[in-house]
Amino acid sequence: MNIDLHEKKIPIIKIRDFLIVSIQVDMHDKLAIQLQSQILEEIEKTGAKGVLIDISVLEMVDSFIGRMLSGMASMAAIMDAAVVIVGMQPSVAITLVELGLEMPGVDTALNMEKGIEMLEERLSNYNTL
Amino acid sequence: MNEISFDNNWEQLGKYPIVTEHDIVKIRQLVRHHAKEARMGIVEQTRITTAVSELFRNMFNYAEGGDVLIERGNIDGKNALIVTCIDQGPGIEDLELAMSDGYTSGMGMGYGLPGTKRLVDRFEIQSEKDKGTIVRVMKWR
Ligand SMILES: Nc1ncnc2c1ncn2[C@@H]1O[C@H](COP(=O)(O)OP(=O)(O)O)[C@@H](O)[C@H]1O
Ligand SMILES: [Mg+2]
Repeated sequence: MNIDLHEKKIPIIKIRDFLIVSIQVDMHDKLAIQLQSQILEEIEKTGAKGVLIDISVLEMVDSFIGRMLSGMASMAAIMDAAVVIVGMQPSVAITLVELGLEMPGVDTALNMEKGIEMLEERLSNYNTL
Repeated sequence: MNEISFDNNWEQLGKYPIVTEHDIVKIRQLVRHHAKEARMGIVEQTRITTAVSELFRNMFNYAEGGDVLIERGNIDGKNALIVTCIDQGPGIEDLELAMSDGYTSGMGMGYGLPGTKRLVDRFEIQSEKDKGTIVRVMKWR
């Protein structure tokens, strides 16, 4: 497969109330920023209530990507959608803590299934309010 | 302050410019490759890759880019991967401030330098106003 960093757009899939995004490449800055606005547009367009971002193939998250993820979570929250980061590698999680980055407002789940459970639980709590 | 020395008999693995954001991605992947070659574990690989990513981005953001020197050398009997970032940017006036958690002069999160220091086995920084900045990090197994 030929991965062209310049051209590649990250696909966003909608399943029921949720958007599912699977990050497959080591993102450069523009791609990260583009993904952020793409997801926010998609939330607006579809009225999605949750976003699952699979980062299981990411071998590192630096403060730039970290800031992008937490920025996205807070913007999504304003639009009434929750963001769950799925499948962060243990080595990435350890490194993020050592780097000193707390990502406020960002929930994490071990895998997609747990992430969906998390979002569904949130939605049902929300609906009974 | 000790000057960062370039007079070492370390083996040079490469020297690369950081000009675009693609270079940040490419060269950090290269550093990971060398960490792997040095048989570092996955956590060590991730630490050094994340650390250099922060340093490369700083050069890109604050100094209009710079050069990266990747070397392998013997440090106190340990086989170390040594990455030196050299730029001719504006320099850092207050190093102590720049090294403190959460301080950013721009729109960053302010964890790049202090975080990098925590992620590596040795961290050296030298900066002069209007001359530039050199940051050297070392990682061993
Ligand atoms: N190579 C550099 N040249 C000039 N200034 C720098 C350089 N690297 C870091 N700085 C300064 O040090 C500050 C702290 O850097 P850092 O800890 O990486 O946080 P951040 O990049 O998030 O601001 C920066 O905001 C910047 O003012
Ligand atoms: Mg920085």
